[in-house]
This record gives sequence, C-alpha cells and structure tokens, in this order.
Amino acid sequence: MDISFALTGKGYVIVAADTTAARSIIKMKVDEDKIKVISPHLLMAYSGEPGDTVQFAEYVERNLRLYQIRNTHPLRPSSAASWIRGALASSLRSRKPYSVNLLVGGYDTSTYTPHLYWIDYLGTMTSVPFAAHGYGSYFALSLLDRYHDPEASLEEGLATLRRCLDEVAKRLVVSPEKYKVRVVDKDGVREIEL
Amino acid sequence: MAILFQVEYALEAVRKGTCAVGVRGKDVVVLGVEKKSVLQLQDPRTVRKVVMLDDHVCLAFAGLTADGRVLIDKARIECQSHRLTVEDPVTIEYITRHIAGIQQKYTQSGGVRPFGISTLIVGFDPHDTRPRLYQTEPSGIYSSWKANAIGRSSKTVREFLEKNHKDDMSRDDAIKLTVKSLLEVVQTGAKNIEISVMESYGKITSLDLSQIEAIVSEIEREKEAEAERKRSRLAATAAGQAAMTQVVSGTGEGSGQ
Repeated sequence: MDISFALTGKGYVIVAADTTAARSIIKMKVDEDKIKVISPHLLMAYSGEPGDTVQFAEYVERNLRLYQIRNTHPLRPSSAASWIRGALASSLRSRKPYSVNLLVGGYDTSTYTPHLYWIDYLGTMTSVPFAAHGYGSYFALSLLDRYHDPEASLEEGLATLRRCLDEVAKRLVVSPEKYKVRVVDKDGVREIEL
Repeated sequence: MAILFQVEYALEAVRKGTCAVGVRGKDVVVLGVEKKSVLQLQDPRTVRKVVMLDDHVCLAFAGLTADGRVLIDKARIECQSHRLTVEDPVTIEYITRHIAGIQQKYTQSGGVRPFGISTLIVGFDPHDTRPRLYQTEPSGIYSSWKANAIGRSSKTVREFLEKNHKDDMSRDDAIKLTVKSLLEVVQTGAKNIEISVMESYGKITSLDLSQIEAIVSEIEREKEAEAERKRSRLAATAAGQAAMTQVVSGTGEGSGQ
C-alpha cells in the first residue's frame, strides 16, 4: 500500500513517501518515516513487506557508513545504488529474500549532479529522471511524463510533486493523508513541509 | 609468573614502534603520535596512525602497522554491527574490551601469532560528557588511564606525564602537555608530531602543522625563559655568596683594628 515518489530537478532530488503504516485494512500509524537518510547526500525511500523494509534499510545504512569510515569518503550515489541493488539481488537468491522496493536519490558532490535510481525487490535498477512505487505510480507517472522538467527550480519541482499527490488523493480509493518530503542538494538533506 | 614468548615478542614489536600519547583533560581528550618522516616522493595522506573507529571513537597504535590495519578493520565492523543490533553506538569501554578480546584470542589460538600492537583508544560515551582513555596490549590486557604513552621510549614519556599531569586540564593545557611529552622523545620537533583532539561526542579535529609549530615554539620559549631564570638565580646566588665572603672578610679586618 506504500506510495513513494521521487523526481530530479536542477541540482536536487525530491523524495516523497506516505507516512501510513497499515496492516490489512487497519491504519496502525500515520507518522511513519519511510525515507532513510543514508549519508549526508543520499536518501532512500523504501516500501514493501513491513519489517523487511526497515531491516534492509538499516543494513544498507550501516554498511555504507562502514564504507565511509574505512575510506574517508562516502560512496557516490551511483556506486551506492549499485551496491544496494547487489545486496537485493543476492538476497533474492537466498532462502528468505527481502521484498523491498526502493527509490534512491542522491547528490554527487564531485560532479555536482543529482541522481535518482528506481530499484525493485527483484534487483532491477534503472537510473531515471522521476520515479514512483506503489499504487501512486499508476496515477503519477503520466503526470510526471507531462510536467517533469530536469531543469526545473525547486519550487517548480515541488509544484509537480504536488500535482501527483493531489491526483492520488483525488482518484485512489485508499489514498494516504500525509506524506514526508525530503530534498537532497549540494547543501545535503533537508525535510520540506508541503 | 608465566611467560608466553610470542606475547613477549609482540611487546618487543610495540617497543620498537613509534610513540603515541593520550591525555585526558576536563572535557577533552587528546591523542598525539610521533610520525615517521614521510619520504620525499611519498603521499603523506596514506600514512595514518590515528584513525576513526566510529563518530565518537579514535584509536592510535604503536607497533606493526600491518597488524594495526587488520585490528582496526575488525573494530570498525564491530562499531557498525553494534549500532545495527542494539541501535546504540558503542561505549568506549565496550569497543576497548572487544579489541582486547580479539588480541587475547590471538594469543591462544592455533596457527596464528599475537598482534604486534598496543593501542590507545579515546572518545566519549553516548550521552556523556566525560572523556575516556583506554589502552590495550598484545596480551589482551586493557586498562583506563588519565594519561599514558605507548611505543618507543614510552617509559620516559609516562614518567614525564606522571610528573606533569593535573586533573581537569583545559583544552589548551591538555594539548600542550601532549606535545611537551612527545617532545621528550621526538627530536625533530613539530613536523614529526600529529595531534588529534576530541572535544565532545563526535567532535574531532586534527591540528595542522602551523598550529603544532606554534605550540612547539611556545614550549621552547617557556623552556628558554625557565633556563634564563635559573641562570640569573645562579648568578644572583653566586654574587650573594661573593658579597657575603667580602663582608665576612671586611668585618674580620674591621674587628682587627
């Protein structure tokens, strides 16, 4: 049921995820944070099997932190995404695979470019200008096709995100009421109230 | 008293290693190490003797560098693994005990030799303002200290620290004592000294060469002034004694008349 969106713009990536934790038809919680700040310039929105998601996200967080301590520098977004994909792919071939879908957004501080990766539980990874997971994707991708601009300012990017969220609110039967939105750019990660 | 020769050899490797000093102040802890001179064409950034284990833990070692690298990697993995399993950063005592545990294992397992390194581990426990300083040895012994030295001439430095350490030192005093104690054994001065300062949880700075040079020259000025005072005091005493003998001989003459 989790819904997550992400889109790139001029020097930033916006990542948004709903904040509902549900079980069957019951809402258990409406302030669950499903976006992990993995390093100063890397965000990861996760959705999928409850339990697997947090477990996997923390596993990723600790491994990338270990990399940074060992090598002084953190992994760049593209390398981090590849590592995460690899972890999911090897998990898929284990006895009990993680079923977790991810949006990995980051800002590469050495090339000054934003990066976004769409990753699913089968270990599929694609580098994309915008992405979505969950039921939200059925409503939002067409909007993003129409309105996404890789050169858009942060305000314009947020307006595009707003369109997606509004469309989901309008059309989806079980639409979530709240989203958490984070932005990563040259200054690092920050949260934005829509 | 049982002696394990392998452990003795490891301790010998430590004694041959470059010196490292740790000093605990009021709310600061300082690590100082003697750096081997970097060769002309060598990249100095690739030679490190003070390393970070986690956001709030630093480690310096003396002995076989290659052994150090292996032990440090094990410690770093444990730091992250601890966070993953209990959602809390390690305490300094915990990671020290873990490292000492590994070192002990290597004195008792087949087909391995002990780590030829001693370590100084410094840092702050989470949610705590007290600085910590621990030492580990190849045998697996670990202990907590106010100030300590390991490696080459560590005995000399430790004796110096015993004479000059005061409780609750300020940041500057702690740094100065560290540099001063290292200067006891590092002849080449500032360019072969590396200083790392931890002021609170996760706040680590390492001093650059100009800052260390400034401290070294300040220490030298103080030493010079002290020597000057001693000289003038000696001269004064000598003059006083000369005057005294004159007066004594003078009165002798006076009484003669």
